Amino acid sequence: MSKPASGLARQATAFMNWMDERLPVTKFWDDHLAKYYAPKNFNFWYFMGSLALVVLVNQIVTGIFLTMHYKPSAAEAFASVEYIMRDVDWGWLIRYMHSTGASFFFIVIYLHMFRSLLYGSHRKPREMIWVFGMLLYLLLMAEAFFGYVLPWGQMSYWGAQVIINLFGAIPAIGEPLTEWIRGDYFISDATLNRFFALHVIALPLALCALVVLHLTALHEVGSNNPDGIDIKKVKDENGVPKDGIPFHPYYTVKDLFGVAMFLMVFAFVIFFWPDAGGLFLEHDNFVPANPLVTPEHIKPVWYFTPFYAILKAVPDKLMGVILMGVSVMVLFLLPWLDRSPVRSIRYKGAWYKFLVIMFAVAFVRLGMLGMAEGTPAQTIEMRVWTFVYFSFFVLLFFMSKNGKTKPVPERVTH
Amino acid sequence: MSADGVNKERRRFLLATTSAVGAVGAGLAAVPFISSWKPSARAQAVGAPVQVNVAKLGEGQLLKVQWRGQTIGILRRSKKNLDDLPSVDAKLRDPMSESSDQPAYIKGEPRALRPEYLVVNMHCTHLGCVPTLIPQVGPQPFEADWKGGFYCPCHKSKFDMAGRVYQGVPAPTNLVIPPYSFADDNTIIIGVNPEGAA
Repeated sequence: MSKPASGLARQATAFMNWMDERLPVTKFWDDHLAKYYAPKNFNFWYFMGSLALVVLVNQIVTGIFLTMHYKPSAAEAFASVEYIMRDVDWGWLIRYMHSTGASFFFIVIYLHMFRSLLYGSHRKPREMIWVFGMLLYLLLMAEAFFGYVLPWGQMSYWGAQVIINLFGAIPAIGEPLTEWIRGDYFISDATLNRFFALHVIALPLALCALVVLHLTALHEVGSNNPDGIDIKKVKDENGVPKDGIPFHPYYTVKDLFGVAMFLMVFAFVIFFWPDAGGLFLEHDNFVPANPLVTPEHIKPVWYFTPFYAILKAVPDKLMGVILMGVSVMVLFLLPWLDRSPVRSIRYKGAWYKFLVIMFAVAFVRLGMLGMAEGTPAQTIEMRVWTFVYFSFFVLLFFMSKNGKTKPVPERVTH
Repeated sequence: MSADGVNKERRRFLLATTSAVGAVGAGLAAVPFISSWKPSARAQAVGAPVQVNVAKLGEGQLLKVQWRGQTIGILRRSKKNLDDLPSVDAKLRDPMSESSDQPAYIKGEPRALRPEYLVVNMHCTHLGCVPTLIPQVGPQPFEADWKGGFYCPCHKSKFDMAGRVYQGVPAPTNLVIPPYSFADDNTIIIGVNPEGAA
C-alpha cells in the first residue's frame, strides 16, 4: 500500500492482527472463501449445495420457533399444531416455512446428487465427499420421517406404523426391535415423545457435524466442474489454478443470486400452495391419528415414494424390505461402480447418456407409482422399473470400463 | 526425552488394557440409555384383559376393540361364510395355520373357539395396517372369485373370512389370533386363555 492508511484503518488492521494471533479468522476466511479457488465454469447445477445450506438454516430457525408452541404428547400434539396454525401470531407462516422447507430440502438434494451423476463429482478423489453426502441423505430421510410423525395426524400415525414395522421383517430380532423403537406395544405417546427428541436435537446435531465433514472433504480436494477436469494441473506463477476464481466474491455473489431465485419459488409455494395438492402435506394428515382406522390409501411423502414402490413391487415381506434397503445403500457405491477414465458426461459416449436418462426416468416413474393406488397393472410396472433401477448400477459397472469416451480438453470450456 | 528407557512391550500392554477397560466401561454406560427405550413399567401394566359383550353383534358384523394398543376384531360369521372356507384353501399360503401365530387351542379352518365368532388381531402381518372387511361374495377388483374376507389398503394383502392370507401378497402369515376365552355365551374375554389351556 503506497497511501498511508487512515487512523481508523490502521486500528482495524491492528485489531485483526491481535485477533489472528489468537483465533485464525483471516486464515479461515482465506482458506475457505477469499483464496479458495473454484473452477470458473460452474453452471446452474452448482447452486444446489449452497441452497441446501440455506434450507438447512431455514429448517433449524423455523424448527426452533415451532418447538416453542408444539406439544410432543399423543393427547396434545395434533391440537398444538392447529393452535400454531390458528392462534399463534404468524404461526401458520413459520409452520409452512418448515413443512415446505422439508420438501424443498429433498428437491435441492436430489438435484445436487444428480449433478454428481452428470459430472462425475463423486469420482476419485472425491469419494469421501460422496460418502459423507450419502450419510447426510440417510440422516435427512430419518429426520424427515420423524418430523412427519410429529403432527400426529392419520398419515403420521400409519406412516410410522408401516416404517417401524419394516424392522419387524428382520428374522429373530425383528419383533423385539420394533417394540424397542416404539417403547410400547403399539405406536403411542412414548413413540411420539422420543421421535420428537430425535427430530429436534439428536439428528440436527449429527446433520450439522456431517455438513462440516462434507465441506472439509470438499475444500481439501477442491470442487469438480462440468468438464470434470482437474483445474489444479494448470497453475500460474503464483500457484493459483488458471481456471480457478476465488470463491468470494465471485461465487458468493452467484450463489446469492441463486438464493434470491430460490426464495421466490419457495415463497410462492408457502403462500399459495403449501400442501402442493397433497404432495407436501397429505390430506389424510389433517385428520387426527386414530389407531382403529387405517386410511383408505396410505403412502409416504413424495420423496420416499421411489423406494416405497420398490418395497411394494416385491410380494414378500423380508425380500421387499431388503430390496428397498439395497436400493438406497447401492448409491454409496457409485464412485466405485463408474470405472470410466472420464468424469463428466460431456466426454463420455452415448452409452452414459442413455444410462443416466434410463436411471432418472426409472426413479421418477417409481416415485409416481409409489404414491399411486396400486392396481395389478401398476404392480407389474413397478417391477419393471425396479429392474431398470437396479440394472443401471450393473450396466454402469460393466459399460464404464470400456465405454467410449471423447478427448478431454486441458482447460475448462465455457 | 530419550527413548532408551522405554519398555515398548509394557507400553503396548498398558495401551491395550486401558482401551479394553475403557471400551467395556463405555459399553456398560450405554446400557441404561438403550434400556430406557424399552416399554416402561407403566406401558407394561396397561395390558389388562378386555371383556366384550357380543350379544348384539349381528351376522356379518365386525366389532373392533382395543387390547394392548392392538385393534382386535370380532366378526360374526354366517353359516355360508363357514361353508365357503374350504373352497378357498387352494389359494391360501397357510390354510391350516401351521406356520401362523395363534394359540394352541385354535385349530382347523375356522380358526375360532366357536366357529361363529372370529376373534382376530386386525393388524396386517405385513406392516401393521388394519385391513378392511369386505364381506360381499362376488368379483372384486383385486380378486375375481371373492368369498368375502379382509383386504389391506396399504399393500394389497388379502385374507379370507378366517384371517388366512392369500398367496402372492406381501403379508407372510395369517392374521394373528390373540388369546381369548368365553366367560359366558355372550361374553368374550380377550387376553385370557380358556380354563385348562396353557
